[in-house]
Amino acid sequence: MAFLSGSLLVNPIPARAVVAAAVIFLSANSAALAHGFAGDRFFPATILTDDPFVASEMSLPTATLNPTQSDGSRELNIGSDLSMLITPNWDFTIGSDWAHIRSPGLPTVTGWTGLTTGTQYQLFINAEHEAMALAALDVTWGNTGRLAAGAPGFTTLSPTFNFGKGFGDLPDSLPWLRPFALTGNLALNFPTLAETQGVPNPNSFFYGFAIEYSIPYLQSQVKDLGIGPPFNRMIPLVEFALTTPFNRGQSRMTTGTVQPGVIWAGEYFQVGAEMIIPTNSLSGHGIGGVVQLHLYLDDLFPHSIGRPISQW
Amino acid sequence: MVNHRLIVAAAVLAGAVTLVAPTVWAHAFLDHANPAVGSMVPTAPEAVTMWFTQELEPAFTTATVTDVSGNTVDRGPAQIDPKEPTVLRVALKKLSPGTYTVSWHALSVDTHTTTGHFTFTVGGG
Repeated sequence: MAFLSGSLLVNPIPARAVVAAAVIFLSANSAALAHGFAGDRFFPATILTDDPFVASEMSLPTATLNPTQSDGSRELNIGSDLSMLITPNWDFTIGSDWAHIRSPGLPTVTGWTGLTTGTQYQLFINAEHEAMALAALDVTWGNTGRLAAGAPGFTTLSPTFNFGKGFGDLPDSLPWLRPFALTGNLALNFPTLAETQGVPNPNSFFYGFAIEYSIPYLQSQVKDLGIGPPFNRMIPLVEFALTTPFNRGQSRMTTGTVQPGVIWAGEYFQVGAEMIIPTNSLSGHGIGGVVQLHLYLDDLFPHSIGRPISQW
Repeated sequence: MVNHRLIVAAAVLAGAVTLVAPTVWAHAFLDHANPAVGSMVPTAPEAVTMWFTQELEPAFTTATVTDVSGNTVDRGPAQIDPKEPTVLRVALKKLSPGTYTVSWHALSVDTHTTTGHFTFTVGGG
């Protein structure tokens, strides 16, 4: 806008023409600036699995009470992560958790669980088919937290592919299925140390999915059922994520969780809550839970930290 | 109890960030419409009226109504209510019984775009 203001000083361009040009320019870029839109579809930021879109956003906090582990320990995590747009299609992420672990017969352990960073590039957004995908490289940095609190002593590299697909393009004969959407993550984890103190650090495959049913989509695109606030902005969903090691003698030791819950998506932030159910005894037992407040920085701070560093 | 204090502190910080945001942008979502989304109306309406969650930019907000053959049946262009800039209205030609599709493209005054479409049916057609 500073450029436009400067132009106004030296050129006799009608103000309305400049405003119209600015609107056209900004609206042409808004598909990339807006968080989680693909055509008619709005994808919320999911809690367990990563989003299929780049954005300026922040989760603060994500509070997780994990199910009891097989050794009887129970862990509370308070986490935050931040994503900032470098360009409209490229962002940088950083995050960390603080853990509070209680184990039977042992002193309580607290501390940071290590730093994670990542960079993501939006491969495409297809408005007609409500589809999008990105490629990412995530890094969990070794020795950046307290080992006793679960921080790794080695760095892990994770090339990742995230995708999202809304079902709004289903035939008119299937109207009640059109509010459904599927998002997913596929990643490989490569530890930079093969073992730590005799314990193997296997390579692993991470695969996570979220199945969502958008009440806002139902009411605005399919059938207005008269559902009022706050339910008219809710998106019930089920997330699940599994990790399967595939070498160093650790294969067949798949762990993961299934997390049914709901996200309420406002215009500047969203809140979500999910139950945590372990998929097997290796993943724990009992029930846990997670709640998250998630801020849309591109809407809250459009002229500063919410905008891409470069429009390139 | 340190963990509880940390949760509260984080929640307060997040709330403060939300509240002190100097300027906010948001998207114009369709709140409701008349005829209602997916509804069946006994008589042909003279217009489709849509209520959005944000004020709309007149120059770049559009709505069209088509029949099952894709023929335009509105008397466009759509107009934003000058007294209530969150409301978009498009007048219709005389409709026969049948199903019609409303397609809208909204540009909120902060330049964020949203799109959508929905159907309504006249006279049980």
